[in-house]
Amino acid sequence: MDGVAQLQKQLVDFTDSLFQEGFLDEQFNQLQQLQDESNPDFVVEVVSLFFEDSERLLNELAKALEQKTIDFRKVDAHVHQFKGSSSSIGAQRVQKVCIAFRNYCEEQNIEGCLKCLQQVKLEYSLVKNKLETLFKIEKQLIAAGGSIPT
Amino acid sequence: MGLIRTQEETGRHVRMLTHEIRSTLDRHTILKTTLVELGRTLALEECALWMPTRTGLELQLSYTLRQQNPVEYTVPIHLPVINQVFSSVRAVKISHSSPVARLRPLAVKYMPGEVVAIRVPLLHLSNFQINDWPEFPTKPYALMVLMLPSDSARQWHDHELELVEVVADQVAVALSHAAILEESMRARDLLMEQNVALDHARREAETAIRARNDFLAVMNHEMRTPMHAMIALSSLLQETKLTPEQRLMVETILRSSNLLDTLINDVLDLSRLEDGSLQLDVETFNLHAVFKEVLNLIKPVASVKKLMVTLNLAQELPVYAVGDEKRLMQTMLNVVGNAVKFSKEGSISIAAFVEKSESLRDSRAPDFFPVPSDNHFYLRVQVKDSGSGISPQDIPKIFTKFSQTQSLVTRNSGGSGLGLAISKRFVNLMGGHIWLESEGIGKGCTATFVVKLGIPGLSNESKFPFAPKVPANHGQTDFPGLKALVMDDSGVSRMVTEGLLVHLGCEVTTVSSSEECLRVVSHEHHVVFLDVCAPGIDGYELAANIREKFTRQLEKPLIIALTGDTTDKVTKENCARFGINGVLMKPVSVDKMRSTLSELWTNGFYTRPS
Repeated sequence: MDGVAQLQKQLVDFTDSLFQEGFLDEQFNQLQQLQDESNPDFVVEVVSLFFEDSERLLNELAKALEQKTIDFRKVDAHVHQFKGSSSSIGAQRVQKVCIAFRNYCEEQNIEGCLKCLQQVKLEYSLVKNKLETLFKIEKQLIAAGGSIPT
Repeated sequence: MGLIRTQEETGRHVRMLTHEIRSTLDRHTILKTTLVELGRTLALEECALWMPTRTGLELQLSYTLRQQNPVEYTVPIHLPVINQVFSSVRAVKISHSSPVARLRPLAVKYMPGEVVAIRVPLLHLSNFQINDWPEFPTKPYALMVLMLPSDSARQWHDHELELVEVVADQVAVALSHAAILEESMRARDLLMEQNVALDHARREAETAIRARNDFLAVMNHEMRTPMHAMIALSSLLQETKLTPEQRLMVETILRSSNLLDTLINDVLDLSRLEDGSLQLDVETFNLHAVFKEVLNLIKPVASVKKLMVTLNLAQELPVYAVGDEKRLMQTMLNVVGNAVKFSKEGSISIAAFVEKSESLRDSRAPDFFPVPSDNHFYLRVQVKDSGSGISPQDIPKIFTKFSQTQSLVTRNSGGSGLGLAISKRFVNLMGGHIWLESEGIGKGCTATFVVKLGIPGLSNESKFPFAPKVPANHGQTDFPGLKALVMDDSGVSRMVTEGLLVHLGCEVTTVSSSEECLRVVSHEHHVVFLDVCAPGIDGYELAANIREKFTRQLEKPLIIALTGDTTDKVTKENCARFGINGVLMKPVSVDKMRSTLSELWTNGFYTRPS
């Protein structure tokens, strides 16, 4: 029993910190609300899809920005997608960088774009790590016989 | 029949008498009862009532206690004794030899009993139209005479007089009630008669209208059949080899037949417009397409006359509107047709705008007070021609049926005369106004009309045939059976939106491209969610295409745009133009989605009061 309570506390504290540090926003809560008995792994599924999608987009972005003549419309399209998907799961910091990224695309500012690409890569890997840790704690909690506090 | 001995007994008798008198609403009974009861209580020899005559100059003996059929004595009303009694509220002792006291035959040898008389107030008759009671300039009274038994040595005691006074008042009250009852019954009977007459008249009118409509329907059909034959065969004849004279004749026949056909249609329409039985067929339709169609129809004729026709649709003119498409087109064709008809050369310009509220109050249309609202807009159409114009004195006659001014009619014009009258009625039915302006003969003419059209949206759609599980005003928590289609090019967004809708109980299909969306969308889908800011996909065009896929109003799904754009690209006007019913900002929260679906549900289920 003690282990479960401890894990629960760990989960709650960790989740709180993610919100406080701005990695996640309210939308993540919304996703958790959609998880129920008929859809027990909803959050994990969506987040996994997000990871796949993001990695693909980051590759595309890197490729597009390596070109001799950069097609800014194409870059913008990718960033737009990235912005959409990150906002859909509540990855706030990633989303914020995407907004700045789009502005640079509009200005056709190569420097700015490259900088943003680095930033978004960084933010993405940070939030990926955090989420993976979160899921690990949840798994441990369930394995110990507890349940995820809502 | 005991005599009254004490005050208390008086009171008791008063109450009893009052009860008896007031227990009936019939005048005669009231009066008779009064006399009977008084006679009994006071052991009177005789009791009588003198009523004012129709002329008001005499009192007539109307009721007596003892005599079955009193001789109808009259006495003049202005006798001193009568005046004396009338001017007092109290019972007055009078002489037994006074004319009003001569009630019994004078065969009595003994001492006649004491007599008192008292006035009985009657109603102010000017308030009621009671036919057999005459009108009096002053307050009318009746006279009640009470006679103690002769040879009894009885005298009138004070409490007996008091009783008489009270009773006289009570009689007045009872009589007024009776009068009111009589009058109200008379009024009610009159009303009933009038109702019957009105009902009869209404049924006659309805029968007449039905007969007229039946006649018109039959005649319409009967007339159209030969018309059709004439037109069809003349057209065919035109295609054959003809001499110039023959061709001319056939063309004239064809033109006249077409004219007659139009006239038949117009007469049918007009008669239905006149009696108010015409109702507009209100539906969502493509407004831009109507203008284009009018242009297409008029271009051939115009080009034969070498007239240039231009069409100018304002930017903010919605693509879709709600109204009677057929009659709007008819009106436009009429107006544009006239412009073409009366122009020998030059150009015709057609312009359509959305009327702004400031310019809605037009000085040229002073009794027109349009009120724009959220669900409606005012369409203004202006048709300018450089043709023969109209002189100022003819302008007021333009819209009256069948009138044609000489200056308008040329040999080839062949106007039916009814067209503008009908157009005016249609425009009025659409809550608008139509007018013509011209600087004079030869200076062209501008025809303008303004009509009210609806904006296709929640209040106009009603598609949901089944009831929500939870009462609507508590907010839907569950939407079982709601079929949704989600179009989004981002996999993550798609999944989240799908999860959201599934969580709320909907059946969800997802697609990732416009083509797929158009392919998959069916009349079974209640609502379609479109991501309108995905680059490379024109969400608006997609919305328009979806709407066009379904011809029947009931099959069209509601369309909700999803946007992540914080810039205000997705505006209400754009949505209205392309038939989009709502906008949601991504990411959508569960509550927001729930309340949106709830609102759609309620609006689809009940029509929103305008």
